[in-house]
Amino acid sequence: MSANRIYVYKAFGRFWHWTQAILILFLALTGFEVHGSYQFLGYRQAVLYHSTAAVALLALIAFAIFWHFTTGEWRQYLPTRQMLRAQVDYYLIGIFHDAPHPTKKTPLSKLNPLQKLVYLALKIMAIPVMVLSGLFYMFFRYPQSNGIGTLNLGHLERIALVHTAGAFFLVSFVIAHVYLITTGRTPVSNLKAMITGYEDLEDEHEEVAVAAAIEEHA
Amino acid sequence: MKRFIPLALVAGAIFAVLLVGSLKRQTGRSDQVQDLKRAYARKHVPSVDHKKFAVLQKKFASAHDVTPVCISCHTERHKEVMASTHWNWSREVYLPGRGIRTIGKKNLLNNFCIGVSSNLQGCSKCHAGYEYVDNGFDFTDARNVDCLVCHDNSGTYTKTTAGMPSPNVDLNFVSQRVGLPQRANCGTCHFFGGGGNNVKHGDLEQALMSTSRDVDVHMGTDGSDLDCVACHTGKNHKMLGKMYSVSSMNRDRSTCEQCHGATPHADSLLNEHTVKLACQTCHIPVYAKVNETKMAWDWSTAGKLRDGKPYEVEDADGNPTYASIKGNFIWRKNVRPEYIFFNGTADHYLVGDTVQTGVPVRMNTLHGSYDDPNSKIIPVKIHRAKQIYDPINKILIQPKLSGGKKGDGAFWQDFDWNTSAAAGMKSVGLPYSGQYAFIDTVMYWPVNHMVATKEKTVACVECHAKHNSRLAGLDGFYMPGRDRNSAIEWLGSLALLGALAGALLHAAARIVMSWRRRAA
Repeated sequence: MSANRIYVYKAFGRFWHWTQAILILFLALTGFEVHGSYQFLGYRQAVLYHSTAAVALLALIAFAIFWHFTTGEWRQYLPTRQMLRAQVDYYLIGIFHDAPHPTKKTPLSKLNPLQKLVYLALKIMAIPVMVLSGLFYMFFRYPQSNGIGTLNLGHLERIALVHTAGAFFLVSFVIAHVYLITTGRTPVSNLKAMITGYEDLEDEHEEVAVAAAIEEHA
Repeated sequence: MKRFIPLALVAGAIFAVLLVGSLKRQTGRSDQVQDLKRAYARKHVPSVDHKKFAVLQKKFASAHDVTPVCISCHTERHKEVMASTHWNWSREVYLPGRGIRTIGKKNLLNNFCIGVSSNLQGCSKCHAGYEYVDNGFDFTDARNVDCLVCHDNSGTYTKTTAGMPSPNVDLNFVSQRVGLPQRANCGTCHFFGGGGNNVKHGDLEQALMSTSRDVDVHMGTDGSDLDCVACHTGKNHKMLGKMYSVSSMNRDRSTCEQCHGATPHADSLLNEHTVKLACQTCHIPVYAKVNETKMAWDWSTAGKLRDGKPYEVEDADGNPTYASIKGNFIWRKNVRPEYIFFNGTADHYLVGDTVQTGVPVRMNTLHGSYDDPNSKIIPVKIHRAKQIYDPINKILIQPKLSGGKKGDGAFWQDFDWNTSAAAGMKSVGLPYSGQYAFIDTVMYWPVNHMVATKEKTVACVECHAKHNSRLAGLDGFYMPGRDRNSAIEWLGSLALLGALAGALLHAAARIVMSWRRRAA
């Protein structure tokens, strides 16, 4: 089996990914302290850090959106039903029998069908919900008779509950995500690729084998 | 190397976040406090020396003779005093649902020594006048105004029964040494209300006569050394400041904001809190810092005698836990306040109001709620008591406690609730059925003094906490750190554990299968 080193993850993509990863973990750490789940940094520091990291994440998201559209990378997330079933079967069955990955990673298609679906949901559902509820949270003002003319929402409760539910979801996602990166060609190959940008992808012989396997499966 | 540039950028970005987050949002707001300190460091210099007035050299036969001499120069001041609550012990107020009423110390009940009616011989010791001994007192006679009790700067003026100066007071000496009210002038009544030091307020007591910043950041002699009247300013003898034991309306209050402004913090996050929190809520973490205050008073046990004589039992701190004349007490020091929403208006139990059994009677009700934009959370001392009431007429009883001769009904002499209730109720013109019992009562005392130094203010997590939050009892709003939705917590935890368990099981299965393949 010969390996083929390919540049899959571009520089900005990696910068965006890792910064986002660290910010989200940091937001979770400070956020759950604000939520009262534990005491670690101190409540006041947790609030200040959480707000600052949130602003940083917003800035990062702005750049990422620009990047996705100007480079056309957004197409990576177009969902497809093709091979979706095969990908699910792979994680549920094939992986235990050392079956080959049903789809091939290329710079133009770096996500498998399941990833496309999940990441798209993350981008258009989870992140917007967190950003919006977070902004409401940040700019929430208590009702005042003649005070600051910002958002007189009356009660924080709904905002906070949506934000909390989203936080639980995101952390659950991160756990699953971190585990799934070990399902690459080797347990660390995906991690290495996301750090260096280069990945040893399967060569053409394997690709032929994959195609055969798919045919057989069908 | 180039491929690591993104990682370096990641590290740089995280560093920037931490740096910005940890910056103290310090601005020049401390200037404000410096300006205040400078302004209040200037001590008042009197423009006249009363020792040089001939009219004050002439021997005074009686306290009643002093007042006209004061008025001979301060020609209109007595009118101001006679319009004040220090004199009238009542004022006209609007009570929602009741209309306009004239209420005050004169006719309200509390759950300490209950009420002044029929007890004026003793109570009027704290009246800014002379000989207010019964309902026949002439509130229009200027000769009854006691100028000296508030303006004595010699420290030798004391009052005794019927509001008269003690016989050993040298009226000439005192009248030549008058000036702005000092702590002792206010404190002699406001520190000792309820029959002893710090009984009522908890945050106003004799330790404040000379104290440290640690006890009260404003009055500490090692700090700003402010007198009461620095904040409780008076215009035409109308003093700013209310205690809602007797006050009802949101006016003429002495506030922190009058000096510090509404948003005095450098940190906007803290300023935001001022929308719903009174300054006192964070800046007075505990009260009764030096001496104990009375937290509970059970009148129902009063009247026990030893060898036919009243007695007292004291605790280790020297506070009475039982007194035959008053019943049982609970005293506490360094008390963490309770918290309520308050909009500056209050209602009161008015004599004759029907009481309901089963719930404590509120001697005063402080209005407010989260949804009321005028309400803020304030710290309060809640004094709980058991006091005498008429179970047939369902009204609280104004007992006669002191004054008169033995056999006149004063409980402190005769120890007979029946005659005491009859005499007291007669004085307020209400019926007494001849039966008495005891009922739970509560009274709310906003805590405004013993402001802590900056370092000792209430920390965020003392309220924003799941357990033992200072604001645990307040509802109607969501507070981060304190509140949560159990369904979201439960489902969220399930999702976290599910993801974790799924990953572990999946990984274990992969490892086992891989071993099997190798073994095969």
